Amino acid sequence: MEQNSRKAWLYLLPSLVLLGVFLIYPLLDVLVYSVEEGYNFASQTYQGVGAYNYSYVLHDPYFLQAVENTFVLVILTVPTSTVLALLISTALSSIRPLRQLFQTIYFLPYVTNTLAVGLVFMVLFQRTEYTDGLVNLMLSWFGAGPIDFINGPHWAKMFVLCFYTVWVVLPFKILVLTSALASVNDTYYQAARVDGTSRARIFFRITLPMISPMIVYLVITGFIGAFKAYSDAVALFGTDLNAAGMNTIVGYVYDMLYGDSGGYPSYASAAAILLFAIVLTITCINLLVTRRRVSD
Amino acid sequence: MRGVNVKDKTNLEQQQRARSRRSGLATALRYLFLSFWAVMVLFPFYWMVLTSLKGYGAYNAEHTPVFFTLSPTLENYANAFTAVPLGGYLLNTLIFSVITTAVMVVVSTLAAYAFARLRFRGKNLVFGLFLSMMMIPTELVVITNFVTITDLGLRNSFPGLILPSITSVFYIYLLKENFEQVPDELYKAAKVDGTSDLKYLWKVMLPICRPTLVTITILKLIECWNSYVWPRLITDDSAYFLVSNGIQEIRENGFGRENIPAMMAAVVVISVPLVLLFLAFRKKIMEGVSRGGTKG
Amino acid sequence: MNITLENLTKRFPARGRKAQGETVAVKDLSFEIPDGMLVGLLGPSGCGKSTTLNMICGLEAPSEGKIFFGEEEVTHLPPELRGVGMVFQNYALYPHMTVLQNILFPLENLKGEERPSRSEMRERALETARLVQIEELLDRRPKELSGGQQQRVAIARALVKMPRVLLLDEPLSNLDARLRLQTREEICKIQKKTGIPTLFVTHDQEEAMSISDRIVVMKEGVLMQQGRPQEVYDNPANLFVAKFLGTPPINVLEGEVSGGMLRLDGQPVLPVPGAEEGPVYVGIRPEGFRPDADGPMACGLNRVEVLGRETSMVCTHPACQADTLRAILRSEEEAEAQSGQVRFSLRPEKVFLFRRSSEERIRFDCPARAGA
Repeated sequence: MEQNSRKAWLYLLPSLVLLGVFLIYPLLDVLVYSVEEGYNFASQTYQGVGAYNYSYVLHDPYFLQAVENTFVLVILTVPTSTVLALLISTALSSIRPLRQLFQTIYFLPYVTNTLAVGLVFMVLFQRTEYTDGLVNLMLSWFGAGPIDFINGPHWAKMFVLCFYTVWVVLPFKILVLTSALASVNDTYYQAARVDGTSRARIFFRITLPMISPMIVYLVITGFIGAFKAYSDAVALFGTDLNAAGMNTIVGYVYDMLYGDSGGYPSYASAAAILLFAIVLTITCINLLVTRRRVSD
Repeated sequence: MRGVNVKDKTNLEQQQRARSRRSGLATALRYLFLSFWAVMVLFPFYWMVLTSLKGYGAYNAEHTPVFFTLSPTLENYANAFTAVPLGGYLLNTLIFSVITTAVMVVVSTLAAYAFARLRFRGKNLVFGLFLSMMMIPTELVVITNFVTITDLGLRNSFPGLILPSITSVFYIYLLKENFEQVPDELYKAAKVDGTSDLKYLWKVMLPICRPTLVTITILKLIECWNSYVWPRLITDDSAYFLVSNGIQEIRENGFGRENIPAMMAAVVVISVPLVLLFLAFRKKIMEGVSRGGTKG
Repeated sequence: MNITLENLTKRFPARGRKAQGETVAVKDLSFEIPDGMLVGLLGPSGCGKSTTLNMICGLEAPSEGKIFFGEEEVTHLPPELRGVGMVFQNYALYPHMTVLQNILFPLENLKGEERPSRSEMRERALETARLVQIEELLDRRPKELSGGQQQRVAIARALVKMPRVLLLDEPLSNLDARLRLQTREEICKIQKKTGIPTLFVTHDQEEAMSISDRIVVMKEGVLMQQGRPQEVYDNPANLFVAKFLGTPPINVLEGEVSGGMLRLDGQPVLPVPGAEEGPVYVGIRPEGFRPDADGPMACGLNRVEVLGRETSMVCTHPACQADTLRAILRSEEEAEAQSGQVRFSLRPEKVFLFRRSSEERIRFDCPARAGA
């Protein structure tokens, strides 16, 4: 028994060491960083303990801009992508021929490099001195016109970011919803048909409640994912997001840590903890709301 | 003779025809909608391949974008490998992905085996801790990891890139669940025959659980190939760039901002390996992702 | 109102991409569900019972043939316009709705003039719930109910819209043995009370025999026989029906008719006047043996099982198709076994002859058999 126990710990050792050093210690350490005032990265000294870092971050216009951008992104993309995924997977599960092909195609964005494909989106939306770009060409067919989505007005940039984000997160949602729809037992639909239930009523009264746990799961992971948005924005607008006015909270954290304005792990820690607090709050609210809805 | 009278019958037939017409229309609309989104997904891929085949001069001479090219050229691909160190980026990414994934599989297998098969004190407690670690967001721990790796002098090195990327609680969990499905009797039989734990793991458990191992290997490879944030923080010497940073570097300082075709060639080169991997292991990847992976 | 099926045929395209042709699930099937009756549709799995059920309720369209509800042809009517109530094998109760919501669901689907007011709907739902005795469960959800209770909710949901016909798909298969007995009586009672013509599908002959007014036996999509349970049991049309009905099953032996006598293993055992000569299959019900020290049929005795009310003798006979044959005797009848042998005489009304080639019944004159 004793020997067995030692063996087990030996098997666990590599994981425990790695997790301890790179996950648990940093988790505690980030709290320490966030309250150390005037931390100097070179000499690794600090002057005092307090909430100054938080106060600095909360008064930093770049941070406020990042928070605003992130919230707009979350509010626009989470409902859009969930509803779109629901529409697509419902349509997908009601057809037979070509279903596999469509499923494969829809999943492609999941396996592609966000940074690389982001460049393609930039090219599609960008307006340069040589050309207005493809999207503007299409807009001109409808008499609208030319807008620089990459270096132009803030709303246009936000639109591209949201569009790209939806494009990137849809594969996962479609996949999850399609398998959720497939798991609904066929006899429920047969029973409903015998009872003369209309298509819309079947969808809202049977299908939707049956897959609602999966929708809740998608909304929550969607919120968390969207709050952590960063690389999509980098892909579209380059690494200097502050200058483009398109920074996100995560982007702010990394910029504080490293890069042109970097070298402030204390500020980064404070911002990261604020982000974590926001995500946790929203998740809890989400859970409370859906719990009540489901138990009704 | 029983039967419906003539008037009712024609009425019924009309109803029926209307019904089948409606359902035919609905099916057509569904396919139209699905095809529309398929085009939305595929178009960026088409555009990147198309643009990468256009000559530099030809591309910049197009004031309105052209949807095809009559004189495809491969000069951009040559350019991508000679003018910027794309080959180096690819090699770095390959080394990083393979080593990280291999070490991850070994470490996770050992841990999962300890949880699934060995008995030791405090197992439930440790496993509970492991599970709760799944909730720790990377953004929180990245700050301290950055400092740790910098202090260890491991910036711009493979160990610095790999070490914090190895452990994944989720894959340990997935493997453990799978290991537990292997019947106890096999273990007892092996013990009676005097097989050591390590040999049993290697000769019995791993072959039985191969599908899950393949799944997590592929998922981890995809994750590594696309990783951006950590490599960006920890490398500033382009000799150690991975493809994500490489493409960002190419975009900002590579061919000069205007050589879009060459950029697109680089994007194609970066995307192709994963698309091929996906097409080869489509079922496994989609199954693994729907079992609980999220992007990033 | 009678439910009538006329020459129904259902063909399915063969499965798989390369498979050619088609499979015939139901072939030229005609039968009737008379008003107010409970009809059991009986057959081994895969015989086309469920397909028949689906065609009656409209989930599948027949390839040929017609279906009438009373005078009205409903062959091509969609399910919602037929007014059928259906209870599915797994009940298909919506897990996220309470019992009451489940029962109300079909009523809420009604449109226009047919749609009752809110309070009427409630009234009808409560009434139906009372009928199947689940009034106290209305606020529960399906997963909080036992199998038998779920079953009743499913029946209530099927009955609430006052269907013209009630269809039950293997209604007892998900219940344990004790509940099964109780529930089948329950179903019978509810059916009698409502008077709705009811078809219920089962592969369990005992179940079908015990509660049906009529049974319909199917094999591989073809109707084998229909009639009152006792009638079918006493007069099977062919070897399949004889073998399918009755527990313990009928004993099948190979015999020959010559000179007006049935011969087993060369020995004459029973006069069969009027039967055509030649080799035959012989079916003898277990209760068709009478112990008789001078009886014509000698069997080797393997063992005797005393079951209280009756005694079961497991015997061997050279002409028997299976290893053993089984005779069931009333316990007051005593068989004398001598040196491992018993002798029986046969009750002619419990003996059936079948043609070797077609397995069709061969009749012979038997005064004990009424209406043969």
